Amino acid sequence: MTGERDTAAGLAAEAVPAPRPAEPLLAVDDLHVRFRVRGRDVHAVNGLSYTLAEGETVAVLGESGSGKSVAAQAVMGILDVPPARIERGSVRLRGEELLGLPERRRREYRGERISMIFQDALTALNPVFTVGDQIREMYRVHRGLGRREARDRAVELMERVRIPSAARRFGDHPHQFSGGMRQRAMIAMALALEPDVLIADEPTTALDVTVQAQIMRLLAGLQEELGMGMVLITHDLGVVAGVADRIVVMYAGSVAEQAPARELYARPAHPYTRGLLTSVPRLDRRGGPLVPIKGAPPDPAALPPGCPFRPRCPRAEAVCAAETPPLATVAPGHAAACHFAEEVHGA
Amino acid sequence: MWRYVVRRLLQAVPVFFGTTLLIYAMVFALPGDPIQALAGDKPVPENVLRTLRDRYNLNDPLLVQYAKYMWGLAQGDLGENYTGQSVSEMLGGRWAVTARLALTAWLFELVIGIALGVWAGLRRGRLADTLVLGGTTLVIAVPVFVLGYIAQIVFGLHWQIFPTAGTEDGWPMSYLLPGIVLGSLGLSYVARLTRTSLAENLRADYVRTARAKGLSKARVIGRHTLRNSLIPVVTYLGVDFGNLMGGAIVTEGIFNLPGVGQQVFQSIQLKEGPVVVGAVTVLVLIFLLVNLVVDLLYGVLDPRIRYE
Amino acid sequence: MTTKEAQAEVTAAAGGEVGRASLWGDAWRDLRRRWIFWASVAVLAVVAVMATRPGLFTGTAANEGCDPNLSKLGPSGEHWFGTDLAGCDYYAHVVHGARPTLLIGVAVTLFALLIAVVFGMLSGYYGGVLDALVSRLTDVFFGLPFVLGGTVILVAFPGHGIGAMTLVLVLLGWTTMIRIMRGQVISVRDADYVQAARLLGASDRRVMARHILPNAIAPVIVVATLNVGNVIVGEATLDFLGVGLQYPQVSWGLQLGQAKDAFMVHPHLLIFPAAFLSATVLSFLLLGDAVRDALDPKLR
Repeated sequence: MTGERDTAAGLAAEAVPAPRPAEPLLAVDDLHVRFRVRGRDVHAVNGLSYTLAEGETVAVLGESGSGKSVAAQAVMGILDVPPARIERGSVRLRGEELLGLPERRRREYRGERISMIFQDALTALNPVFTVGDQIREMYRVHRGLGRREARDRAVELMERVRIPSAARRFGDHPHQFSGGMRQRAMIAMALALEPDVLIADEPTTALDVTVQAQIMRLLAGLQEELGMGMVLITHDLGVVAGVADRIVVMYAGSVAEQAPARELYARPAHPYTRGLLTSVPRLDRRGGPLVPIKGAPPDPAALPPGCPFRPRCPRAEAVCAAETPPLATVAPGHAAACHFAEEVHGA
Repeated sequence: MWRYVVRRLLQAVPVFFGTTLLIYAMVFALPGDPIQALAGDKPVPENVLRTLRDRYNLNDPLLVQYAKYMWGLAQGDLGENYTGQSVSEMLGGRWAVTARLALTAWLFELVIGIALGVWAGLRRGRLADTLVLGGTTLVIAVPVFVLGYIAQIVFGLHWQIFPTAGTEDGWPMSYLLPGIVLGSLGLSYVARLTRTSLAENLRADYVRTARAKGLSKARVIGRHTLRNSLIPVVTYLGVDFGNLMGGAIVTEGIFNLPGVGQQVFQSIQLKEGPVVVGAVTVLVLIFLLVNLVVDLLYGVLDPRIRYE
Repeated sequence: MTTKEAQAEVTAAAGGEVGRASLWGDAWRDLRRRWIFWASVAVLAVVAVMATRPGLFTGTAANEGCDPNLSKLGPSGEHWFGTDLAGCDYYAHVVHGARPTLLIGVAVTLFALLIAVVFGMLSGYYGGVLDALVSRLTDVFFGLPFVLGGTVILVAFPGHGIGAMTLVLVLLGWTTMIRIMRGQVISVRDADYVQAARLLGASDRRVMARHILPNAIAPVIVVATLNVGNVIVGEATLDFLGVGLQYPQVSWGLQLGQAKDAFMVHPHLLIFPAAFLSATVLSFLLLGDAVRDALDPKLR
């Protein structure tokens, strides 16, 4: 498998600059996405950047409406254009620019090299086809396997994601599955072709807490087995804690802060992150008061000038309204978009 | 699936009896002499009236009348006309004509209607969409008999492409024009329903999933969207069969197709009420039957409904 | 007052009032900007005046001044729309035809709407035996399609006046709306603000009238608007078949029916009533569509 890909890369080298070994698996750079809704311009993503390495898990953390799902769909190339429009930015997979590739090429990458699983498996699976059919489709379409062979592979895969009596459940429809089993089926579908990158968009939000843990364990296990990189999109700090290597905190469509997971929990450098951490109960800081963040996220169609977090920020000063703070490095691998990042980090 | 079938069949029983009882009561249990009422202001000799009252068991209590009437219906007896002629005999050979007409119309609305709906649904808000929406609204706003007139003038008189009356040229030539006129209303609804349903489903989560799976656009739409979108359309096709049966009376009347509808049409003009009641009752029964079949088909198409 | 109740009160007020006010407010703001809406309203206003005050349009009464020697004349300065088979002024007939047509269309829809709202509400709200009964009865009446049912009932019906037509068509025309109403009520019934109002001890009647009705009725109103158009077309078809209104009544459907054997040679007999009928129906359909689009922006 890997050998084939290397040859392909080698052949392509004549036309395209050869990918340098330093190229990360996935690099999102300065991504901007806008929506045109009812005559208004909605700035959903405003300059998102992150990188992902093989075997690494990057969590993109943000409230609903922070643009994290839109950004993920832009990376997948499944945004509806229009109303959405990718204004600028770049998405590189092993150094190859994906934005601007013809749709045919991008389609070949989907499922094959980048896959995605969605929040609500009940609506994300097609209600009129059997679960097995929808998994088998991956092998039939991308690999051109026959019905029987594709079926066998699909059943194998269902067993691998630990769906009990997989062969029998192959012919069941999504609504006959429990929530957890549906999400397993969804995962099987996404991993059928052993992609390099998996984007998991709120994979456990719709599930019970006990099932959440099982699904996260399953994902982590499969990730290790396949050595793929995972982008975990969530609003839930609890989900992130044990799994993520690095965390990107999104606010109003742009990056508020990014850091290695431990570092971020221990020494947040952005007042928003700090607010998030003190607004949920944590085992490691027992007894501290819970302080909710005041106010609501800004309307993405009418972002305030300067720092988008300013209206809710306890530290806001005049400079915050005047200048948008750039992403400033406070420690190796740790950056925050705040005029007072150093102080917050040091506090 | 079997539970769904059985439940649906059981539900059909009260509807079947209720609807026929309703027709029967509205015709034979209203104040006044129903036999005379069926003749309108046409004079009917007293001895004929008496025979018919007897024939329709009008001296029995209503439910007994109805039971006897249903028993007759079950044996293919649709009653008698004022001349003593059996209604089922009058209709005999006409069923084939009506069946061919309905089939033509049905195919027309199914094929063209879905095609137009898909076309418009994929081009939501653009010219094609506006054209289909505007055109179908216009067709819905014009009564089917006016469409028949217009079709006769345009195609029959001016262009002379299609025969405008009778069945001389046989199926499908003679049936094309009346079939198109008859199917045009249903076509409009099918197109609009397909359009709305397709546009809605295109935004569904599972379509996004299908795209994320790296499927081609043709497959995303053809396999993952269309089938879901056609579920409400199929349901409508059953309901629409009622319109087709009613429209057949009008269309066969205008185009002189010797079917059951034309018999009803002529019998209304001739004030032969018993023929109208007998024939229309059967048309309603056919409608109920088709609806039942369509509902069962619905269960096949939409797996969710089977387990409710 | 416990916290739960306080919260319930806020929810009840917010869900019931705010949701509804902004729904209709938004819809109205949206409607105001659509030329189709205003065009439909204008056409219907003209037809409504024609129906209530025909004297403003013509000095000739229905079936007045007919001269059999002047039958089937084409349009001229004297007879704008020509004359009909009996030599009556066709323009006057078209004007007088507005009243029965519009009256039946609107009256049938209003009565059917009333039945649908009242019984759909009770059946959806209380459920149980009442619901089962209403639903089965709806199925039975739904088994009678409009034109077929109209034909078989009217053929023996004592009387074919406007009242009788309205009665029969109401009988056949309430089923679609009641199904929608019932479905709406069921979906609204379990909403938080309704539960909250109940928790606060509001009577069933109050819950239904103040909380459920305003939030459930929008789709029913849309269908009712479309239904006026469909009833008018259905009524015209029954007139055409000869089981509807009868001479000496005047209606567009009747005029079209009488044109049956002469329209090939004298197309004006077809064109004028058909144009008025279709413009009226079209206006109701477009009005209904516009209101639906305005109420439900996601369908756009």
